[in-house]
Amino acid sequence: MSALFSPFISKPDTVSAIMLRVLLALLPGIALYVWHFGPAILVSIALASLTALGTEALMLRLRNRPVRHFLGDNSALLTGWLLALSIPPLAPWWLVVVGTAFAIAIAKHLYGGLGNNPFNPAMIGYAVLIISFPAQMTHWLTPHGLGPVEFGFLDQLKYMFAGALPPNVTLDAVTMATPLDTLKTRLHLDEPVRQILEMPIYGRLAGQGSEMVSLGFLLGGLYLLAARIITWHIPVAFLGTLFAAAGIFHLADPTHYAAPLFHWFSGAAMLGAFFILTDPVTGPTTNKGKLIFAAGAGLLTYLIRAFGSFPDGMAFATLLMNICVPLIVLYTQPAVFGKKDKRP
Amino acid sequence: MRTLYQFHGGIHPPGNKEQSTQCGIARAPLPSKLVIPFRQHAGAAAKPVVRVGDHVLKGQLIGMPDGFISSAVHASTSGTITAIAAQPIAHPSGLPDLCATLIPDGREEWIPHAATDYRNSDPTELRRQLRMSGVVGLGGAVFPSDIKLRPGNRKIDTLILNGAECEPYITCDDMLMRERAAEIVQGAEMLRFMLEGGEVLIGIEDNKPQAIAAMRQAVAESGFSFDVVAVPTIYPGGSAKQLIRVLTGLEVPSGKLPTDIGVQCFNVATCYGAYRALAHGEPVLSRIVTITGNVRRAQNFEVLLGTPVRDLVALVEALPDTDRYLMGGPMMGLPLSSTDIPLVKASNCIIAASDRLFPPAPPALPCIRCMRCAEACPADLQPMDLFWFSQSKEFDKAQQFSLFDCIECGACSYVCPSHIPLVQYFQFAKSEIRAREHDQQAADHARERHEFREYRFEREKQEKAEKLAAREQAAKQVPAASANPADAMQQKIQAAIARAREQAAASQPKNTDHLTAQQQAEIAEIEARRAHIHELAKSADEPPDDHGESHS
Ligand code: SF4
Ligand code: SF4
Repeated sequence: MSALFSPFISKPDTVSAIMLRVLLALLPGIALYVWHFGPAILVSIALASLTALGTEALMLRLRNRPVRHFLGDNSALLTGWLLALSIPPLAPWWLVVVGTAFAIAIAKHLYGGLGNNPFNPAMIGYAVLIISFPAQMTHWLTPHGLGPVEFGFLDQLKYMFAGALPPNVTLDAVTMATPLDTLKTRLHLDEPVRQILEMPIYGRLAGQGSEMVSLGFLLGGLYLLAARIITWHIPVAFLGTLFAAAGIFHLADPTHYAAPLFHWFSGAAMLGAFFILTDPVTGPTTNKGKLIFAAGAGLLTYLIRAFGSFPDGMAFATLLMNICVPLIVLYTQPAVFGKKDKRP
Repeated sequence: MRTLYQFHGGIHPPGNKEQSTQCGIARAPLPSKLVIPFRQHAGAAAKPVVRVGDHVLKGQLIGMPDGFISSAVHASTSGTITAIAAQPIAHPSGLPDLCATLIPDGREEWIPHAATDYRNSDPTELRRQLRMSGVVGLGGAVFPSDIKLRPGNRKIDTLILNGAECEPYITCDDMLMRERAAEIVQGAEMLRFMLEGGEVLIGIEDNKPQAIAAMRQAVAESGFSFDVVAVPTIYPGGSAKQLIRVLTGLEVPSGKLPTDIGVQCFNVATCYGAYRALAHGEPVLSRIVTITGNVRRAQNFEVLLGTPVRDLVALVEALPDTDRYLMGGPMMGLPLSSTDIPLVKASNCIIAASDRLFPPAPPALPCIRCMRCAEACPADLQPMDLFWFSQSKEFDKAQQFSLFDCIECGACSYVCPSHIPLVQYFQFAKSEIRAREHDQQAADHARERHEFREYRFEREKQEKAEKLAAREQAAKQVPAASANPADAMQQKIQAAIARAREQAAASQPKNTDHLTAQQQAEIAEIEARRAHIHELAKSADEPPDDHGESHS
């Protein structure tokens, strides 16, 4: 049907195209992931994609929504990918399936579907998994060249789907705690930061392999900025606050607190700065609000990393800040044209 | 170089202006029939002063201004009035309006008219002349110019001529400035004279270099010290408040008029109209119209008011897949219900449209709160929130978040990746709020009347008692003169009710009473769209993302 109302022209931009470009922006990070840790992550992503689309279709069906109309918006796919990238690739296959299904069905659709969910679905999925299956959530792969044995793709698959390891190989030999986790444990043993960071798993800066993956996400994020899919406010405020918080503690006590760059390139900081916190649906809709939101997330992430009981704070920081969004938006309303001195 | 300012937001839709600027303004041939609406301006319709069968001359008054905000209507050519009746016109409501049908005699015989020496005339007389010449804002708002020239409580420091023409496709002002710059400049001086001084800024978007050059030359030749300013091309940079902001850095406060900050703004075509009216004594009988879109040769024409759209599109050969016509630009224009509709003072552009030219938008998705609309909004609003409140019918919230500062430019709808018809929701919410205030007012009125009746009953009881007492008295003494005192009381009560009614009708709805006369006129306009918009809102009430669980 032709439009009855103006405007009769519109920008050729769609939700589906925007989400697709966000997915594309994840590719450099994913490629580096595969390069350093093997292709297991691709299997996780594939599983997450299938589960996301399946759950989305099912939920749309149950909610009597036009399935085809919504399925093409690529938003479920993005949730699945982000979750898959947040959990260990060597986790059993059902972990990513359960997490994704929960994210889509509960965190997204029970709250009203696309555009209505107050919490980042991928981060809800992550939070549920880390609370319910803490042991499986530690099965991070050892990067190539660091472990005592090489763990091939077939071996990875076999373990993911059947839980079987090759003869003479223990799980400990092919997995490891993340650099952030290791730092936390060792700090508890009173080792100084400098000594801990000399371990080979820390690579050049923040983690052999994982620092490169973070760099990949940073690259993808810069593309999102250049393509004007996201604005600078969230990444800058988040990374800035994280840097400042880490910097202050590091300057005050370098034996117990790692340097800011370590925090930038370890864990999910880069993924969070450009891909997770920037989720429009669960973030604020004012620029000032974005700054507050992301600064809060940066601070919380640091506090959880440094003082909390979880190794990384990205997910919980995001969820906590999601709660604050309505309030933030209310108090950061821009001044309306002709009312520059008055706010509603 | 003058310092220019920016307003927030704005968009850059494809201009599509080259098509219609290839050749100059042509004069449209005399049509076989003219349909001239009596309301071609904001405010009250003109009162017909001719009768069916009358022969009229070109420029003869056929509609007398009726009311404070009103303007005159004239015969666009000489001929015979064959009907005065309601006819379909270009209006969002689709409702017909009173029009005079004029069959031209082909002689184009003018009524006697003469120039006015404006410099030696009283401004009041000049304003009256503009009103009687039907000079109204030809940029599209058609607000009577004489009212904008009335002295206010503040001196006008800056007169702005709006030659921005920011809407895609439309080039009528561009061509007018290229070809008739000297007249526009003279007209501007007349308006400046009536406003008693001040600087004159002529704002033209920088995508019209030829118009800018022509205007600069005309200003130089005139010897006036007007400033022709090239402003950045951005939609809606031609909206008065936005242009004022760009040129002066001032923001017209919400609910106020430009004159409140010492600025007045006229469209260049209006200036031209004022010039013709004062320098030649010619009323507004024609205007320049861009005819473009899905046509073989887009062009601008000087068209007699009342010419049916059909006669115009015949001049440019619409392509075969044309299936509808728009009046105005693609951002704020109006689809026409038929090609019988006459061209009026507000019509700056006719676009032949097809699905190829304006592909239908994909079905709407829920709002993903991406902020693109807020980034595009020239009024610094949060359209996604206003949309939410309009959709959930939380109208007081919408109002609290400045719904009435929305200028309905459509920039938000243009950029929305979910293709939500945001402006329509805002128009719907505005009209709902006004309707509710109306209802509220009616209820207050009824309550007052009720209380008044109670009071009257009390009064009557008392009177009866008094009368009874009087009669008893009279029975004792002389016979009573008559029952007249009671009648008089009755009359007084009637008069009081009538007064109360009048007052209620005259008072404004509570939340809109700070509105200016111009806005009130706009309200009346928008009010008429209600029926139409209601329909849309009804279907939009059950968007796929809402609680429409029923359609399985
Ligand atoms: S542009 Fe559309 S989808 Fe984005 S916030 Fe505005 S209304 Fe929502
Ligand atoms: S239509 Fe209203 S809300 Fe939308 S961009 Fe224009 S002024 Fe802003």
